[in-house]
Amino acid sequence: MADADADLVAERAALAEAERTIAPGSAARAARDVLAEVEPEPGVAKPDPILVVEGMRRSFGGLTAVDVDHLEVQRGAITALIGPNGAGKSTLFNLLTGFDRPDHGNWSFDGRPLVGLRTHQIARLGLVRSFQLTKALARLTVLDNMKLAGQDQAGERLLPALARPRWRAQEAAIEGRADALLERFQLSAMRSQLAGTLSGGQRKLLDMARALMTEPRLVCLDEPMAGVNPALTQSLLHHVTGLRDDGTTVLFVEHDIDVVMEISDWVVVLGEGRVIAEGPPHTVAKDPQVIEAYLGVADEENVG
Amino acid sequence: MDLGAIVQNALRAGVGPDAAVFALAAIGLNVHFGYTGLRNFGQVGFMLVGAYGLGVCVDTLGWSMWVGIPIGLLAAVVLAFALGAPTLRLRMDYFAIVTIASAEILRFVARSTPATDVTGGPFGLPKPRSGGKRPLASEFFALSPFEPGRRYGIGQLQFSGNALWSLLVGWTLVALCTVLVATLVRSPWGRVVKSIREDEDVVRSLGKNVFAFKMQALVLGGMIGALGGIMLALANSSVGANSFQPQVTFFAYTILILGGAATRLGPVVGAFLFQLVFAGSQSLLSQLGAEGHLPALLRGDEAQGALALGLVGVGLMTLMAFRPEGIFGSKQEMVLG
Amino acid sequence: MSRRVRRPFDRAALAAAGLVVAVVLCSAGVADAQETTTTAPAATAVGGTVKVEGKALEGVRIVVTDTANRTVGEVRTDSEGVWTVPVPRAGAYRITLDTKTLPAGVRLRDPDRRRLEVQVQGGRTRFVLFGLTRGDGGGDGSGTSVPGTGAGSGTGGARAGGLSLGDRLARAAVNGLLFGLIIAVTAIGLSLIFGTTGLVNFAHGELVAFGAVAAWFLNVRGLHIGPLAGPRLQLVLAALVAVALGGALGAGLDRGIWRPLRRRRTGRFQMMVISIGLSIAARQGLLIWFGSGSPKYRDYGLQRAWRFGPVAITPRDLAVIAISVVVLVGVAVMLRSTRLGKAMRAVADNPDLASSSGINVPRVILLVWVLGGALAAGGGVLQGSATSVNYLMGFNLLLLMFAGVILGGLGTAYGAMAGSIVVGLATELSAVFIKPELKTVAALAVLIGVLLVRPQGLLGSRERVA
Repeated sequence: MADADADLVAERAALAEAERTIAPGSAARAARDVLAEVEPEPGVAKPDPILVVEGMRRSFGGLTAVDVDHLEVQRGAITALIGPNGAGKSTLFNLLTGFDRPDHGNWSFDGRPLVGLRTHQIARLGLVRSFQLTKALARLTVLDNMKLAGQDQAGERLLPALARPRWRAQEAAIEGRADALLERFQLSAMRSQLAGTLSGGQRKLLDMARALMTEPRLVCLDEPMAGVNPALTQSLLHHVTGLRDDGTTVLFVEHDIDVVMEISDWVVVLGEGRVIAEGPPHTVAKDPQVIEAYLGVADEENVG
Repeated sequence: MDLGAIVQNALRAGVGPDAAVFALAAIGLNVHFGYTGLRNFGQVGFMLVGAYGLGVCVDTLGWSMWVGIPIGLLAAVVLAFALGAPTLRLRMDYFAIVTIASAEILRFVARSTPATDVTGGPFGLPKPRSGGKRPLASEFFALSPFEPGRRYGIGQLQFSGNALWSLLVGWTLVALCTVLVATLVRSPWGRVVKSIREDEDVVRSLGKNVFAFKMQALVLGGMIGALGGIMLALANSSVGANSFQPQVTFFAYTILILGGAATRLGPVVGAFLFQLVFAGSQSLLSQLGAEGHLPALLRGDEAQGALALGLVGVGLMTLMAFRPEGIFGSKQEMVLG
Repeated sequence: MSRRVRRPFDRAALAAAGLVVAVVLCSAGVADAQETTTTAPAATAVGGTVKVEGKALEGVRIVVTDTANRTVGEVRTDSEGVWTVPVPRAGAYRITLDTKTLPAGVRLRDPDRRRLEVQVQGGRTRFVLFGLTRGDGGGDGSGTSVPGTGAGSGTGGARAGGLSLGDRLARAAVNGLLFGLIIAVTAIGLSLIFGTTGLVNFAHGELVAFGAVAAWFLNVRGLHIGPLAGPRLQLVLAALVAVALGGALGAGLDRGIWRPLRRRRTGRFQMMVISIGLSIAARQGLLIWFGSGSPKYRDYGLQRAWRFGPVAITPRDLAVIAISVVVLVGVAVMLRSTRLGKAMRAVADNPDLASSSGINVPRVILLVWVLGGALAAGGGVLQGSATSVNYLMGFNLLLLMFAGVILGGLGTAYGAMAGSIVVGLATELSAVFIKPELKTVAALAVLIGVLLVRPQGLLGSRERVA
């Protein structure tokens, strides 16, 4: 098992290196321009997909939660996943990141099939998620929450853990990166507090910052803005677009349609587990099927 | 009423070899439950394989203790893998029941008559009829600098030479294991296992092999528990299946919660206090009984022993309901849990 | 609003708990007054009672020797069959029963167990039992019951010699069915309590032992309230009273301990550990109240077995099977068709949803406890009459009850019934192939095996495990 893990790590490093040479600098503008050329129809192929889903199905009892024929996520873009409650968004996230297993179907990340891989192996390839219900590690400090996410730590192996000199330098480097991220997410003041003492919004930020600490290549954010103090929302949006500018692909679930319109390069609409529409934000917003299936419901929700 | 005698009995038990054995069991359990969140209810099974591993090597096979001790520890590693490989992925309720059931299976098998040639069966080791090939603890006590027959101690608090040697070695092992565990939990390894205790999905989502870490914790804590069993076998010069009843695990939980789970000194303080209070109350009850202060129902050693044990149960309930963080633990951390 | 509704139940529960305490204290008083059964041994000793089918044997010679084969003591049993030999120190001893001193027609069930080897702890009396039987020998099939395992061996013995494998399997299957049904009766409560409250109740075994012990006091010592000595109740009557007391005790436990803890939002794990503490305390309470002996009830002790082909079964065991089946079917019907039963299942499925749809959840949980306590106590009486009454009998059954509940799929009452019967059968059928003293091992191994292959249990759905 250790060998397989080591292989994954090596592979990941190689892929990251390749990525740097293929997509240098900011791909932000480019992503939107490239996607402008793509036909806005469900299951359409993208020029440079980082994630490809093929015939993925998952049902609970008799209820089909996810039934996606084909879906591609463009590298270096921000893709929003929207749909009414129960449309299967979170289930799809769970399936993509290995937290749940599809009844059948394939999906691949950067050309590497993910079928049969375990959750942590998928994460090590650089496909990392955050959680809808925040999962702060309550009885660890905020800083330890962050440092946990550091990859390939020598001190996490049982015997080297006993020899502090073996991991002291790496620990310091990880702490430096953690502090920088905490600064960005305005959590520096809480770094030594137990994470359980944070407010709901702060936990959300910590959850996202922790996912980023792994230096993912595709980060799946499950409702990152829900419950966050409005004053922070804007800066959070800024972080998300910043991620894309740094070359990270973002796939996120969001209910707030304004947020979706503002930051996403591409929108995928799920309804009853299927992809019912996809396209650039403003095209999708005009799709009658989407208005019926999603926006109508959202309006009712807002009124009620 | 002789208060002095009660205090002496209590103190003797608090620092005695049995307290050190319990402290070792609880340190192992602290790795499992306190730090990693594994609800191992079969800690006594690890103690059992440690004790019988040593006992069978020395008594049945006639090998040296220096071979027997590593084999006892190895048996704990094997048990941890056998238990963990299939069950660590199951939900934690199941893990609790599988571990307690496995420990019971081991105990039933060890004391069964078909196993008599190996484990001494219901009689235990040393085997009664044929006699062992080698006395269980002869090498251990040969190392003792104390005279076995002489009494050592301060004032009334005295131990025989052998008991003193057992308790010194026992507490030294306790100190070593405490330092080992403290070092580990302050390392990045400790950070991972503590995070698993909080929420293993997060840890998994960050690319850590949760299963492997749980297994490492299970092995480590199991080996420390086995060390406790080995110490018990040496101190008593015998191994009997009756020493490994399920309630030993429950006592270890009581000790851990008393001293504070997930604290460095919790198991040590807990073991001392547990034995102190248990022996003290037994001694008090027996004096009250002797002086006729107890109702007829509570006369006799059996009833008094039962009452003292019953008080342990009430103590465990009260602690868990009102101070689950232990008597020295921090309330804040517990509320967050 | 809901407070007003709940009041009568609170009062009823408190009264019930008070009644239980009163009965316990009364019976305890009885034990004081009679104080003839066991002379409390002050020191380290071995002792026991020599009985055959419930009747004490006087004058049987017992010899105690130490590891070096030196005789430590020699004694003859008194008129109550009781014997005690003090030993100098804790350690291993060999106890030999002089078979020549047994009355004519009485013999050891297992001739190899004439000499027993025991480990004696300091300051304790180690009880030693010799399994005796009355009969003319030759495969009449009295089971070899191993003291302490608690696994009941009801009727025909599994190791009886001279029988074909098929016959032995048939006998073992009947024993297993008997044992499995008893486990099922006790385990429903465990399953319902887990289903409705999430509590893994380690103290459930003590409810079982409580029922058996309470019925024993009523049956053998008679009902005593204060100085008034009542009549000794016939076992069926005693069992009914014990079942009522068990229900009351269940109500008292819910109101006195578990409900306050649920209100404080005590975590599931914390509650489980609290139940372990309660189990230890209650078990020791039973030991103080009842002592460590294993007596039988006054009624239905000595019966001639009826023969059905290869299977011999006493009317008593047949009645136990019939009663268990009736009780299990009754509970199943109750859960399926009555309003209360539906409410119980609704609470088990989703307490929040049940609460919002107008079900009084605390009341349903209270009634689950009443039902669970009553069934446990009743199962205790059944087990006690099929074997004997002992303060440890519940704890010894506990793991097998867990096995039954898990095997059937955690939290489903029907599953618990089916799972328990499988456990009972596995226990007794295994005794055909391995030493009977290891049959509990076989049942636990089945539990572990099923968990590995089908963690959702035999009848559970996969989603429950996730």
